[in-house]
Amino acid sequence: MDFAFSDEQLMSADVARKLLTEHCTPASLRRLMTAGLAHDERTWQELSQIGLTGLLLPESLGGLGLGETDFVLIAEACGYAALPGPFVEHTGVAGPLLAAAGVGTAREELARRAGAGEVLLAIGHPSNPFVADADIAAAVLMEHRNEIHLVLPHAARLTRQESIDPFRRLFRVDWTPSPDTQLTSGAPGKPLWEEAFNRGALFAAAQCLGLAQRAVDLSVEYVKTRKQFGKAIGSYQAMKHLLASVQVKIEFARPVVYAAAARFAQRNLFSRALISHAKLVASEAAEAGARAALQTHGAMGYSWEVDVHLLLKRALALECAWGLPSFHRERVMHRILTQPLGPEHTFSCEPHHA
Amino acid sequence: MDLTYTTEQVAFRAEVRTWLDAHVPARPLPSFDATREGFEAHREWERTLAAGGWGMVTWPREYGGRGLDLIQWLIFEEEYYLAGAPGRVNQNGLFLLGPTLMEFGTPEQKARFLPAMARGDEIWAQAWSEPQAGSDLAAVRATAVRDGDHYVLNGHKIWSSRAAFADWAFGLFRSDPASEGHKGLSLVLFPLNAPGITVRPIARLDGKVGFAEVFLEGARAPLAHRIGEEGQGWKLCMATAGFERGLLLRSPARYQVAAAKLVALYKQHAERIDPTLRAAVTRAWMDAESYALSIYATASRLIQGGKIGAESSTNKIFWSELDIALHRTALSILGARAELLPEAPDAGDVGTWLDDYLFSLAGPIYAGTNEIQRNIIAERMLGLPR
Repeated sequence: MDFAFSDEQLMSADVARKLLTEHCTPASLRRLMTAGLAHDERTWQELSQIGLTGLLLPESLGGLGLGETDFVLIAEACGYAALPGPFVEHTGVAGPLLAAAGVGTAREELARRAGAGEVLLAIGHPSNPFVADADIAAAVLMEHRNEIHLVLPHAARLTRQESIDPFRRLFRVDWTPSPDTQLTSGAPGKPLWEEAFNRGALFAAAQCLGLAQRAVDLSVEYVKTRKQFGKAIGSYQAMKHLLASVQVKIEFARPVVYAAAARFAQRNLFSRALISHAKLVASEAAEAGARAALQTHGAMGYSWEVDVHLLLKRALALECAWGLPSFHRERVMHRILTQPLGPEHTFSCEPHHA
Repeated sequence: MDLTYTTEQVAFRAEVRTWLDAHVPARPLPSFDATREGFEAHREWERTLAAGGWGMVTWPREYGGRGLDLIQWLIFEEEYYLAGAPGRVNQNGLFLLGPTLMEFGTPEQKARFLPAMARGDEIWAQAWSEPQAGSDLAAVRATAVRDGDHYVLNGHKIWSSRAAFADWAFGLFRSDPASEGHKGLSLVLFPLNAPGITVRPIARLDGKVGFAEVFLEGARAPLAHRIGEEGQGWKLCMATAGFERGLLLRSPARYQVAAAKLVALYKQHAERIDPTLRAAVTRAWMDAESYALSIYATASRLIQGGKIGAESSTNKIFWSELDIALHRTALSILGARAELLPEAPDAGDVGTWLDDYLFSLAGPIYAGTNEIQRNIIAERMLGLPR
């Protein structure tokens, strides 16, 4: 039993964090927003140059061959930076699905190029009615009767669905399944889609964690300098208690997200319930953080000029991405009602069949 | 990261379980807060635990422990709560004063007090709060004035848990009469039956005498019973409070076992209850698991040499709030019978839910109110101005 990240994991998260702090700045986000873009080529290049876009791909495809625990801190850092664009889903979800969908020279080449960051992948999943960043992707992974299909954007009709989050470029993808698009049949496709869904939920949860902490940090900076009644408003208990309550939510969501990553490979109803648990508490923390940030910033928080609204909108979007809260609650409930409970089962591995 | 138990840890769990199966009293002991008889029954249980070497498993062997690490302590606690073993009447000693002595006590003090504590021979109460010094603990007025090789203790302590029947207390006194606030305070140990000490029990809202007032009128304590340097009392108290809010006072198993019982209650009544309670039950179970995962993460960090800081305040807020929500949900499931005492003829399966709910309501107040904890989080973790 060792519930701690390795030095390597901490170090690569640190590298990612520094890179994002340098490149994914509020000013750069504003520039993208003005230009109507959600994808920052420069940040993408930096992330792929250190191998991060291929982090979860097998080494045989030029990836780093790492796992969920290695990526979870990086996804958290992306949430903290409010990184727009496809990086988290490309790296954490679409890449591994393509790699798992089987062999074939063309496909391998695509996976290899995706891992190297030369091309972008997008992914559609039945739980998400719209596909993010489909217009800039070289290929979109789509589901049809549990089969995995690889759809080229020119072979599909993309209808833009404007989101309140200026960095969510969502599309309805109309396409026709054919033997040309099909990568796998339904039987092997089903567990792979389920795995993709769970990765999507896990890394959305990780982003929510980062987002929540960013909201608190942004608030802390503001209430330390903003003065009313002759004092920094951060000295008032009303502000302290609001932000402390969010910090408590973050502190107790974080180990759940990390444990969900560490147990991902178990692929049973324990690990799935843990992912759902993580998604629920992390998205609640993100929402609480964004709402608290709005309140602590007062009218400034309601303005376009201050970044609070970017966090608020991302939190809103992530809450319902990769499974609605009601879906995740039911998955947790299923584990509770069908499996043994109690402290000796927190780390259980083998489901009990009645 | 490896979230599986080692073979040794699995074997340790089995060893604990076997011992508890053989020794936990078949019937629950009477409350240690209601009567002397109940208190003494719990002291006997502490002696049984100590005889088996289970008094305080993380302590070094020389003080009656087993020198185990925090993960093993968590496993022990899990088995302890699963077995439904009696509450720890000496928790003030074992979980609060013990760690403080271990860190700040002299070798003589450790040898004098720790083994007797582990054996249950001396049961401890905490004597910090005063009528005018609650959340503002640094406002204590009780004095410890030097007279030769003794302190003369005077003052009025209040809200001392277990003090009604306990043997000893660890008190916070002003050893420099001219001092104010955090300075000039000392932590002094004194027996509650010493001349010049009067203990007056205070009835709680449930009628039990869980805490007491302690009046000190010229009681004498040797200088050797002061922990740490004179005037260092505040620092020691804050360290103790860290243990209290942090890891030791509320191990996760307590809530996980309660959450499992809540789910069982829900299953029994699922057909006739408000469907919205389903979400509340799920939430209670998740919160108990979140708390457990967080404590395992903290334990792993401490084992690798980390320190527990202001996050002990986040722990205290989280467990106290989850405890209330969990028990309140149980009462909602019980519906109109929730108010019944277990002895009511038609009480049915009300069990101890009401009792435990009332006790949970004290959680946001004792061990430093949750308002004070939120101040600590805001000032020490987030860096907000005072």
